[in-house]
Amino acid sequence: MAKPVARRNCRNHSNYWAFAVHRISGVVLVLYLPVHFYVIGLAIKSEAALQSFFSLAENPLVRLAETILIITFVIHVTGGLRLLLIEFLAWRDWQKTVIAVSGGISLAVGLVFLFNVF
Amino acid sequence: MSVVHPVATVANGGAPGSTGGDGTNHKLDVSIWRGGKNGRFVSYGITLRESQTVLDVVTYIQRHVDSTLSYRFSCRVGMCGSCAMTVNGVSRWTCRTHVSEVVKDGRLEIAPLSGLEVVKDLSVDMTGFFEKWTRAKGAFVPGPGPSRDFAVVSPDSPQRRKVDAAIECIGCGVCYAACDVVSWNDDYLGPAALNRAWTLYNDVRDAGNDKRLAAVAGNVGCLSCHSQQSCVKWCPKHLNPTASIAGLKRATVKAALAGRL
Repeated sequence: MAKPVARRNCRNHSNYWAFAVHRISGVVLVLYLPVHFYVIGLAIKSEAALQSFFSLAENPLVRLAETILIITFVIHVTGGLRLLLIEFLAWRDWQKTVIAVSGGISLAVGLVFLFNVF
Repeated sequence: MSVVHPVATVANGGAPGSTGGDGTNHKLDVSIWRGGKNGRFVSYGITLRESQTVLDVVTYIQRHVDSTLSYRFSCRVGMCGSCAMTVNGVSRWTCRTHVSEVVKDGRLEIAPLSGLEVVKDLSVDMTGFFEKWTRAKGAFVPGPGPSRDFAVVSPDSPQRRKVDAAIECIGCGVCYAACDVVSWNDDYLGPAALNRAWTLYNDVRDAGNDKRLAAVAGNVGCLSCHSQQSCVKWCPKHLNPTASIAGLKRATVKAALAGRL
């Protein structure tokens, strides 16, 4: 296979960016999973241990991190739905609209969460 | 590594008609890939002419500056699909790409297509590209027995419309070179071969769909496509290989559910 010489600019378009954001959000969620399982594990250990961990959530920085996590999660869900629409429905030239709607839903859910925790 | 060609920098300095659209001389700094896969970019300074295409620039350099420059072209009018190259980082058909559309700060970087073995300079070996058309069962398979009459296919039928939307591929390799999945997986059939398979899948006269679906399913076929759509973005014929591949994905799922795959 020849070394790709210089096709760097082929990727600069909205659908590629949607792919990249979907992939990055997926990697972030995978990295978060061990934390998620650890917290669930605390519940099995003892109620006190779980409550002690939950008290961390009073910290504004943790709440901000939670908000970012929620947005990442919704980005990944809506990005996945977008792919299902592309691949399992008859083709429509509405790609940019779907990307915008995915981003809009993600931000809206994040904002709702943010207003609820602060 | 980049070097300035010693002859090219003074070439075409006062050639007649060598003016830009506003009547003034515009110098163009053209970096062209020279050598094989371990080659390098070489700079050529030429004068930009009005309505010049990227292929015109390459031809000018080959004919007037350095006759050892290798590249491929044939029809020059966007029909044959042989002149595709990487221009300023994007795969393009060079015969229909005007310099004015792609030039950036007076610079053009022209490289061979990605994803294919470089033969020399701007020429790539297209063998792998077309072998994948064969592997995708991109040839028409006639039904059993001799046909007694012409097949009548209504232009308005849904299947014929699907074929129409994808049939105008000229095999230039732009989509193949622009695709990330091609660069990640050497065996991936690529957008053009899968698009071809989709046109035959919808050909009501064809009898080879079971083998074709088996060939295009799986890790090297349509199921590896991430719908990044660089093929759609850069296809010079404005085709939509991602839609064709999505059609194949649905067809393979249906076939698998029906126990035919």
